[in-house]
Amino acid sequence: MQNQAIETKENNIAIEMKGISKSFGALKANNNVNLTVFDGEVHALLGENGAGKSTLMNMLSGIYTPDEGTIAIHGRSVSFSSPKDSIKLGIGMIHQHFKLVDVMTAKENIIIGQPTDFVIKGKALTKKVKELSDRYGLDIDPDKKVYEMSVGEKQTLEIIKVLFRGARILIMDEPTAVLTPQEIKKLFGVIRNMKAQGCAVVIITHKMNEVMEISDRVTVLRKGESIETVVKNEVDIPKLIEMMVGKKVDLAIHKESFPKSEPLLKMDGVTVLDAEGKSALSDINFDLYPNEIVGVAGVANSGQKELCESIAGLVKADKGRIFFEGENIVGKTPRDIIVLGIRMGFIPEDRLGMGLVGGMDIVHNLILKDYQNQPGIRLRRGPCIEKAKKIVEQLDIMTPSIYTPVKRLSGGNIQKVLLGREIDSAPKVLITAYPVRGLDIGASYKIYDLLNEQKKNGVGVLFVGEDLDVLMDLCDRIIVLCHGEITGIVNPSEVTKEDIGLLMTGHRLEQEEE
Amino acid sequence: MNFIRVTKRDDLPVRMEVIIRLVAIVLSLIAAGIVILVFGVDPVRIFKSIIEGSLGTTLRIQQTVVKAVPLIITSLGIMVAFKMKFWNIGAEGQITMGALAATWVALFMSDSMPLFAKLLLMALASMVAGGLWAFIPAFFKAKMGTNETIFTLMMNYIAIKFVTYLQYGPWKDPNSNGFPKIAPFPENAILPSLFGVHIGWIIAIICAILIYLFMTHTKKGYEIAVVGESTETARYAGMDIGKIIIIAMFVSGGLCGLVGMIQASAIEKTLVSGIANGYGFTAIITAWLAKLNPVIIIVVCLAFSMLIQGGAYIQIAMNVPSAVSSIVQGIILFFIMGAEFFLQYKVGFRHNEAKEVA
Repeated sequence: MQNQAIETKENNIAIEMKGISKSFGALKANNNVNLTVFDGEVHALLGENGAGKSTLMNMLSGIYTPDEGTIAIHGRSVSFSSPKDSIKLGIGMIHQHFKLVDVMTAKENIIIGQPTDFVIKGKALTKKVKELSDRYGLDIDPDKKVYEMSVGEKQTLEIIKVLFRGARILIMDEPTAVLTPQEIKKLFGVIRNMKAQGCAVVIITHKMNEVMEISDRVTVLRKGESIETVVKNEVDIPKLIEMMVGKKVDLAIHKESFPKSEPLLKMDGVTVLDAEGKSALSDINFDLYPNEIVGVAGVANSGQKELCESIAGLVKADKGRIFFEGENIVGKTPRDIIVLGIRMGFIPEDRLGMGLVGGMDIVHNLILKDYQNQPGIRLRRGPCIEKAKKIVEQLDIMTPSIYTPVKRLSGGNIQKVLLGREIDSAPKVLITAYPVRGLDIGASYKIYDLLNEQKKNGVGVLFVGEDLDVLMDLCDRIIVLCHGEITGIVNPSEVTKEDIGLLMTGHRLEQEEE
Repeated sequence: MNFIRVTKRDDLPVRMEVIIRLVAIVLSLIAAGIVILVFGVDPVRIFKSIIEGSLGTTLRIQQTVVKAVPLIITSLGIMVAFKMKFWNIGAEGQITMGALAATWVALFMSDSMPLFAKLLLMALASMVAGGLWAFIPAFFKAKMGTNETIFTLMMNYIAIKFVTYLQYGPWKDPNSNGFPKIAPFPENAILPSLFGVHIGWIIAIICAILIYLFMTHTKKGYEIAVVGESTETARYAGMDIGKIIIIAMFVSGGLCGLVGMIQASAIEKTLVSGIANGYGFTAIITAWLAKLNPVIIIVVCLAFSMLIQGGAYIQIAMNVPSAVSSIVQGIILFFIMGAEFFLQYKVGFRHNEAKEVA
């Protein structure tokens, strides 16, 4: 049935990109890429980081111009010189990072940059927004301020924004990365509505399950070249991954169980207040044992950051105690933690903004955690040069040299530098916040392996994640956060993804572990 | 309008970087030449005279070095703050306060003190005074997050006006026949010379070496660089950001203060309200052009003082207003700054004609 539907629409080619090449200096980001997307089709663009997906889509939205090749929209050959041209032709891009003005309402955000009358006709606009959202099954309050919105609402607003501009071709860059399972379901409903209305939707994603669920056809890019376009129903996940990576990949995450011993870390009624005095984290109680990986699930900004930072000493807990091997570490600064030799590693969410210094090389990034314990005023590089060489070799970091600024490395390699440094200090507790965010499949599994290795060595790992499938495969227990509270601590083998999704949105389950 | 494309460069080979900068300098000379032509003067003669005027004789070379000294040390001071992304534009005030402290030592402490003891004391006093003048905005930035740009700028005026007050009031020289000026320094408060130039040039070289070592080989220098890149990372690594800001600004202001002492002792041989002479602002440009590198700062400052010295020369020798030299300076700067854009972005023309779009 579905295949037939596609065939009848063969005549209505929405996007046709042929022989597209684009180089940045010596780097060929796209090399002879072909992509055809039909009206009324959901087309998944699949590929590892650096495969050229974003470059390709940026050419479609007018941010870059191709060096070679042609782009045709609805059969007409076009050449964009700015995003404006692309918008005019009905192409709308929804970026991973929302481009909204926080202090304005949904309505106001929609008309920013639009040619309108001098006076904004509020009521007419509200009506138009309502019409549009009803048509596609979008749920939005036009008068709500952006800062009051959840991530899901913000995304809805982004979608309405591009639809309002008359988009018939939508490009979504990893739209599900920050959503709960329930929100993803809703989003997919919207995408199906758009498809039914004849829109063409291109979706960039890493998550295979979603590709299988929502897309009609899939184009796989690898190393800047388009490998193949396939009809979804004719392939399976392992096949897609093989096309993406170029070889067969073992996708199993091995989970071993170890007997419980004394807890390494004990959170006892920890409460953290935010700048406005509201609790960002309230009454957190849990233990972290050696040889285990404890996952933390939750919608973005549910207190994950505060949880990690309160343990690492970056944020002081306002109430409660945090015991590290029996010693209360509340009130200890990161410096105290380093100088006192408390063996704790922390991989923050913002790698270049917090974990590393982007403009500095690997050696100087290793010094970051080392220099506090150096005697005197002189900075000693020697030991870190050796360490840098060792980490680069052990973790297989792709870098021109250990003296290359880390911000020039790829996301996966940046993460390996950070993880390598933290693991090198032989931590007993390792806190990781979204350690695989933005990494490709190969790199992600390398990170899972590294974490599992740490677990085997007796480390207690706290793993803040967003992909529930991964959390359930990797973790021994999962803590679910909602609005800074623990709504449940579950054993992944006893619950479903939907259960966790419910906990994430504040519902409590009947049967709770511990 | 749409056929020019600007794209960000990823990485530029060093050779290209040098070529772009050289092209910028050549273009700036051509542009400056055109402007000079408009004034009705032969540009080639002007350029030749600028070089002659700054390097033509031993005396002129000495004068060029004399102008480079304050510029180099001030640039070094500014560099330390800028590395931390602390926008210290208060060097003028820090120089002035340094000069003030040095003057106090020079005029009001024993005349019989040995030369070097007094000079050393003056240098110390000037560095402490300059450092304190920078400490004030640093303290408020560290504790209350005030805006350092406005704060340091305002501190300039306070310092300069305070010296004016001293000049007209309590420190007025009773032997000056009523002129509002401060007494000249005694013999033991004047910097000696070496090779015809006061020893400030040796101090400048020593400062450059020390600052280079400080920034690259000490823990504090490393901390300053980390804070400049990302305060969050500094926090994560357990650094005391407030303390680092204060220390770095004390070093920054201390260097500027030292400039005040050198200028008061070797050039003016007394204290005047215009002691800083705009060096505090020019040094922002030189520090920036040198990409905050202590070694390149010396080169850039020498080139700048050639322009300053050569500009003064053409005014006398060719009877051309010194404004011409300022214009040349401005144009060269404009092009060199403009080259930065081409170092970061690639500009190309579209190959395919833009077809009509909807």
